[in-house]
Amino acid sequence: MDTTRTLFLPPGGSTVAPEVDALFNFLVYVAIAFFVLIMTMVIVFAVRYRRRGPQVLTPGISHNTALEMTWITIPLILVGIVFVWGFRGYLKQSVVPKDALEVRVTGQKWFWSFAYPEGATSINELVVPAGKPIKLLLSSQDVIHSFYVPDFRIKRDALPNRYTITWFEAPRPGNHHLFCAEYCGTKHSAMIGTVRVVSDREYQQWLESTSASGTGMSAVDFGAKLYVSKTCNSCHSNDGRAMNGPTFRNLYGHDVEMTGGGRVIVDENYLRESILDPRAKVVAGYQPIMPTFQGLIKTHEMDALIAYIKSLSPTKEDDGQPAPRP
Amino acid sequence: MSVAADHPAFLQHHFADPRQQHESAKLGMWLFLVTEILLFGGLFCAYAVYRAWYPEMFYNAHKALDVLMGGINTVVLITSSVTMALAIRSLQRDRRRPAVGLLLATLLLASVFLVIKYFEYSHKIHLGQLPGKYYHFTGVPGTNPHIFFSIYFMMTGLHGLHVLVGMGVIGWVMVRTARGAYSHVYYTPVELAGLYWHLVDMIWIFLFPLLYLIG
Amino acid sequence: MDNQPPVHSYLREPSGLKSWLLTRDHKRIGVLYLIGIMTAFVIGGVLALMIRLELLRPGPTLFTPDTYNKIFTLHGAVMIFLFIIPSIPAALGNFVLPLLIGAKDVAFPRLNLASWYIYVVGTVVALYSIFAGAVDTGWTFYTPYSTQSTTTVTAMTLGAFILGFSSILTGLNFIVTVHKLRAPGMTWFRMPLMVWALYATAVIQILATPVLGITLVLLILERLFGIGIFDPAMGGDPVLYQHFFWFYSHPAVYIMILPGMGIISELISTFSRKTIFGYRFIAFSSVAIALLGFLVWGHHMFVSGQSELASMVFSALTFLVAIPSGIKIFNWLATMYKGQISFTTPMLYALSFLCTFTVGGLTGIFLGTLSVDVHLHDTYFVVAHFHYVMVGGTVMALLGGVHYWWPKMFGRMYSEFWGRIAAIIIFVGFNLTFFPQFVLGSQGMPRRYFDYIPEYHSLHATSTVGSWVMTIGFLIMAAYLIRSFSHGAIPGDNPWGSLSLEWTTTSPPPTENFAVTPQITHGPYDYDQMTAASTLARHGTGAR
Repeated sequence: MDTTRTLFLPPGGSTVAPEVDALFNFLVYVAIAFFVLIMTMVIVFAVRYRRRGPQVLTPGISHNTALEMTWITIPLILVGIVFVWGFRGYLKQSVVPKDALEVRVTGQKWFWSFAYPEGATSINELVVPAGKPIKLLLSSQDVIHSFYVPDFRIKRDALPNRYTITWFEAPRPGNHHLFCAEYCGTKHSAMIGTVRVVSDREYQQWLESTSASGTGMSAVDFGAKLYVSKTCNSCHSNDGRAMNGPTFRNLYGHDVEMTGGGRVIVDENYLRESILDPRAKVVAGYQPIMPTFQGLIKTHEMDALIAYIKSLSPTKEDDGQPAPRP
Repeated sequence: MSVAADHPAFLQHHFADPRQQHESAKLGMWLFLVTEILLFGGLFCAYAVYRAWYPEMFYNAHKALDVLMGGINTVVLITSSVTMALAIRSLQRDRRRPAVGLLLATLLLASVFLVIKYFEYSHKIHLGQLPGKYYHFTGVPGTNPHIFFSIYFMMTGLHGLHVLVGMGVIGWVMVRTARGAYSHVYYTPVELAGLYWHLVDMIWIFLFPLLYLIG
Repeated sequence: MDNQPPVHSYLREPSGLKSWLLTRDHKRIGVLYLIGIMTAFVIGGVLALMIRLELLRPGPTLFTPDTYNKIFTLHGAVMIFLFIIPSIPAALGNFVLPLLIGAKDVAFPRLNLASWYIYVVGTVVALYSIFAGAVDTGWTFYTPYSTQSTTTVTAMTLGAFILGFSSILTGLNFIVTVHKLRAPGMTWFRMPLMVWALYATAVIQILATPVLGITLVLLILERLFGIGIFDPAMGGDPVLYQHFFWFYSHPAVYIMILPGMGIISELISTFSRKTIFGYRFIAFSSVAIALLGFLVWGHHMFVSGQSELASMVFSALTFLVAIPSGIKIFNWLATMYKGQISFTTPMLYALSFLCTFTVGGLTGIFLGTLSVDVHLHDTYFVVAHFHYVMVGGTVMALLGGVHYWWPKMFGRMYSEFWGRIAAIIIFVGFNLTFFPQFVLGSQGMPRRYFDYIPEYHSLHATSTVGSWVMTIGFLIMAAYLIRSFSHGAIPGDNPWGSLSLEWTTTSPPPTENFAVTPQITHGPYDYDQMTAASTLARHGTGAR
C-alpha cells in the first residue's frame, strides 16, 4: 500500500496512515490558503492605505453583519468537516480488528518490553509479521510512558494503574522508530526502540530462535549479546566508566560498599538478586533506579549474563584498572 | 479634590461616594466567595470520582464517622450563622452593644465547632483512621479505605482552616465594633465577614451529608 | 504638544524607595510588575537558550540529561507562572485599566499591592526551588512522576500555588473596577477593547486558578503525606491529576492570550487611525473564548486513555474556540481597510502578531483534530504551536503594548529607528526558531528529548540559530529602552494621536490620573468623527 507523502510527514507504514495523512494534507492546504489570504490582505492594506499625510478623518465602517457572518460560517463549516473526518480516523485508530495478534507492551524506566502470545519476549525491539493487525496491550511499571511510532501515526499512553490499548497493521516489511512520547525522566530520550516488520515466515523463525536463543554460542558471547539486547549497557559500562549504575568491569569478586552501610562481595547470587530485585542491595553512591527484570529474563539468559559479567573481571593479576567506584 | 468637604473618613480617595465604595467591596467579596467555592469544588470532584470508583468502600468507611458529633456541629454552625446575621442587623440599627454580644456568641459557637472537631479528629487518629499511607485501621472492608479518610481529612481540614480564619476575622470586627468604628452608615467590614461566615457554614452543610450521612 | 516633562507625575511624587514599596498607585504597581516579569523573562530566556544550545546537535552537547530535564522544566515553569500569566494583565493591565475607563485607581489598591508582594513571595519560593536543586518533572508536574521525583517539586508547586493567589487577586480587582469605577458616560460599549479583554481574562483568573490551587495542594500533600489520591500504587488515579491540571491550565492559555488580543485591537485601530471594525463581535468573542475555554481541557488527553466519547466531545468544543479567534483576525483586517496605516514600532509588532498568531491558530486546528493529534501529540509540533501562540501571540502583543504605552508610562520616547530594527529582527528570529519545529514534530520528534536521532539534526540546528537571532533583537531592544530613560525625547501627551482616554492626561500621568474626572461623550475609536487634537481640546489635559 502506497501512502501519501507530504513535505512534513514521514512515509506512512501502517494501514491507518493514509487516512490520517490525507486529513493532515487537507489541513495543510486549508491552513496555507487561509494564511495566504490573510497575509495578502495585510500586505495589500498596509501598502495601499499607508499613512501619507497629516491627520484626517477615515470612513466610519463600524461593522457589516453579513460579512462577519460569512467569516463565522465558512470556518464553522470547514471545522465541521475536519471534526467528522478526524473522529472517523480516530475511531479507526482506536477500534481493534477482531483477529488481531496480541502483544503485551510494558514501559518502564527506560525501556520497552514486549511479551508475545507464544511466550517469547523482547526488549526495545517489537517484531511483528507484515499484513496482520497487531493489538498492543500497554501498561507501565512506574510512571506514565507513551508508545509512539511516527510511521504508523499511532500513540497511546502506558499507565501504571490500568491497561490501554492501541493497534496497527503494517502492510510491508521494514524498520520503524519507536519513541517514548510522555516525559519519564533521565533517559526519556533514550527510551527508543524499533518496530521490525517482517514476513510471516521470518516472524515464525524469529519466535523460535528467541525461545531457544543462545544455542550454539558460548555463555560469555551470548551474555555479551544480552548485555546489549536487554539494555544493561544503557546504565552499566563494561570499560570502567561510571554511568547511572556501577560499571561491570572488575565488579565480580570485589568487595563493594552498599547504600546504608555494609559491604557485599559480588558473587553469582548477588548478581542474580540484583537483576531480579535491584533495590534489595544498592551500591553506595547510586540511586535505586534500576527496574526489575523478573519475568523478562530466562534462566539460561541469567546464566549467560552472569558469565559475561564474570569475564569482565580478570581474576589473576591486578590489571591496573581502578576498582569499581564506590 | 472638589468633594473633600463631604468626604467621610472611611471613604477611600479613589471612590466617588460611600455607595460606590460599599458596592465595590460587596462585589469583591462575592467574587472571592466564588473562588472559595471553586477551591472546594476540586475536592468535591475528587470525592465524586472516588465515590464512583469505590462505592462500597465509601459506604463502609462512612460508618466510621460519628453522625451525632457531626450533627451537633451542623446545628452549632447554623446557629452561629444566625447570630452573625443578627449582629449585622443590630449594627444597621446602630445598636452597638448587642452587636458586640452577638459577634462574641458567633465566636464562641465557632470554638465549640472546633472543639467537637478536635475530639472527632483525635478519636480517628487514635484508631489509625488516617489519610493515605498513615492509615492502619483494619475495620473498614473494601478496597483502599485510606482514600476515604484522605478525602475526609482534606475536606474537613480545609473547612476547619476556614473556620479558624473566620474566627480571626470575626474577632477583629468585634474589637472594631466595640471601639465604635462602625455604625449604620458604615458597617461594610462586618457585612463582608458575615458573607464569608455564611459561606463557611454552607460548605459544611454540604460536607456533613456527603461524608457523614450518605458516605 | 509641549516639550516639557509634566511637573506632577506619578513617577516623582511622592519620592523615595519607601514610597514605591508601599505604593497603592496602580501605575506604580504596574511598573513594579513590569520589573518582575522582565526579570522572569530574562531568566526564562537564558534557560531557553541553554535548551537550544543542547539541541544544536544530537548526543550530549553541554549538559547531562538530568540537567537538561531541569532546564526545560524551569524554562516552562518560569515562563508560564512567573512571566506570561502576570505579564499583560498584571503589568500593563494594572497600568492602563483605570486610565482606560477614567478611574482614579483600581477598586482595591491595597489588595493590588498585596498581590504584587504575593507575586514576589511566590517568585522567591519558585527561585528557591531552582537553587535547592531544581525540578525535573516538566512544568505540568504530571503524576506519578512528580510524586516520585526526588527533586524540589514541593517548593516549585508551592511557588506556583502562591503565584495563583496573586493572579486571583488581580482578576478580582479588575472585575470590580470595571463594574464599579467607570467614569461617567463610560458605558460598556464605549470601553476600549483592551478593557473587555482584561475583563474576560479576569473572569478566567477567578474561576480557574482556585482549581489549580487545590490541585497543587493535593500534589504537595501526596508528596508529603502519601494521601494516595494520585498514586496508582495506592488506588489513586494519575490521570485524574491531568484532568484537574488542565481544567486550570487550558483556560490559563486564554489568560495568556486574551489580553494580548486586547492590545492588538488598540494598536490596529490607533495606527490605522480608523474605527475598529465589529466592536461588539470582538468584545463578545473575548467573552466567548473565556467561557468556551473551560470546556476544552480534555483535548490534552486524546491519547491518555480517556473514553473515545469524551475525546469526541472535547474535540468538537475545541473547534468552536477557533471561531471567535477567527472573528478577531478578520475584524482586525477589516479595520485596516481604508485606514491610514503608519508603521511605527508598536504597529510592526501588531503586524507580526497577525502573521504569527494566524499560524498559531491554524496549527491549533491540527491539534484539535482527533486522528491527526494522535500523531502530533507530545511532539515538537505542539511545542511550535504553543510558542506561536504564546510568543508569536502574547509576547508580540506585550512588546507592542510596552512600546505603545512606554511614552505614557515613563514620559520618554525610545529610538523609533532601533525599535523597528529590533521588531524585524525578533520577527525573523522567532520564525527561524519555531517554524522548523512544526516540521520536526510532523516527522515525529517527541518533545522533552535530550537527544534525538540524526535525521532531525539540520532542523534543530536551524532552530538554535534562530534563537540567537531572536536574542540579538531582544538585546537591541533592552539597550534602546534603557537609553530612552536618559536620552529619550519628551513625547507629549498623545504622541500617537490616539482617541482613547489614557492619552488625554499627561505623560506620565499624575498620581490621580486625571485632573478632573473625565466625562465620556464618545467611543475610543471614533476616528471617523474626530482627530486627537479635537479630543484634547474637549477634555483639556491633566494637571499642568
